[in-house]
Amino acid sequence: METEFTPYLSLLGGALIGVSAVMLMIGLGRIAGATGILNGIIFPSNAKDFSWRLAMVAGMVVAVPVLAFTVQVQPNVVPDFSLIRVIIGGLIVGVGVTLGGGCTSGHGICGLARLSPRSAVAVVSFMTAAFVTVFIIRHVLGL
Amino acid sequence: MTLIYAALTGLVFGVGILLSGMADPNKVINFFDLFGPWDPSLAFVMGGGLITTLVGYSIAFRQPKPLVAGKFPTNMPTQINAKLIGGSALFGVGWGIAGFCPGAALPALGTFNLFPVVFVLAVVVGMIGVRVVGSQSAAFRRQIT
Repeated sequence: METEFTPYLSLLGGALIGVSAVMLMIGLGRIAGATGILNGIIFPSNAKDFSWRLAMVAGMVVAVPVLAFTVQVQPNVVPDFSLIRVIIGGLIVGVGVTLGGGCTSGHGICGLARLSPRSAVAVVSFMTAAFVTVFIIRHVLGL
Repeated sequence: MTLIYAALTGLVFGVGILLSGMADPNKVINFFDLFGPWDPSLAFVMGGGLITTLVGYSIAFRQPKPLVAGKFPTNMPTQINAKLIGGSALFGVGWGIAGFCPGAALPALGTFNLFPVVFVLAVVVGMIGVRVVGSQSAAFRRQIT
């Protein structure tokens, strides 16, 4: 299925993601990585560490109603494929980000912005793997 | 104060993710499909995010300490090994299958739609699975410490 090319909205959204990463670093000295945030909620080391992460996720979740009520935007979050595929992918993502120590936000935005060679290697690895995976799914398996 | 600030940061992150299209699995899959209905939008997300963070971090690290609480990170991991490369590759495979990454699915939870909810639950199960297997394997434990 075709999706609309949205360079301006995507650039704006990306810039806001960057702003939040900078806010978290300049305010709390923390890396805005979804893997680290989720990990700190599932395996909390202490109450303080747990609570700021939960507050951040609460803020993320509230973004949906905020966008709906202010600018009447309701983004699509529904894939045009099966729930089973989302479950299998999610399990693999959970294992992968734990072993790899981060995901798109942590390695891709914060890590690259710190000029971390470790994050650069991670980004090349997961981007390459995603391109190859989608090629296989769409053009080899024809799903 | 810390909690309000963290929630505000999350809100900005969530608005950014939702506007950018990162939380739309069809858009994500199309970005990775160079030989299909390619949608280059996500390159603009990464570009916009990276430039903003590069500039912002350089200002942030000029402060003696964070403005609200805590301290700047030191001793960040630097090792480049098979675990980093293999784990990240696995993440890429999962991202290409599901169309969601963790940072995109968390704000999408706010729609209460089944797909992002189930994705986040599956990620959590995967994360716990690695911990359980890891804690049972002494060799593995030596590797990560």
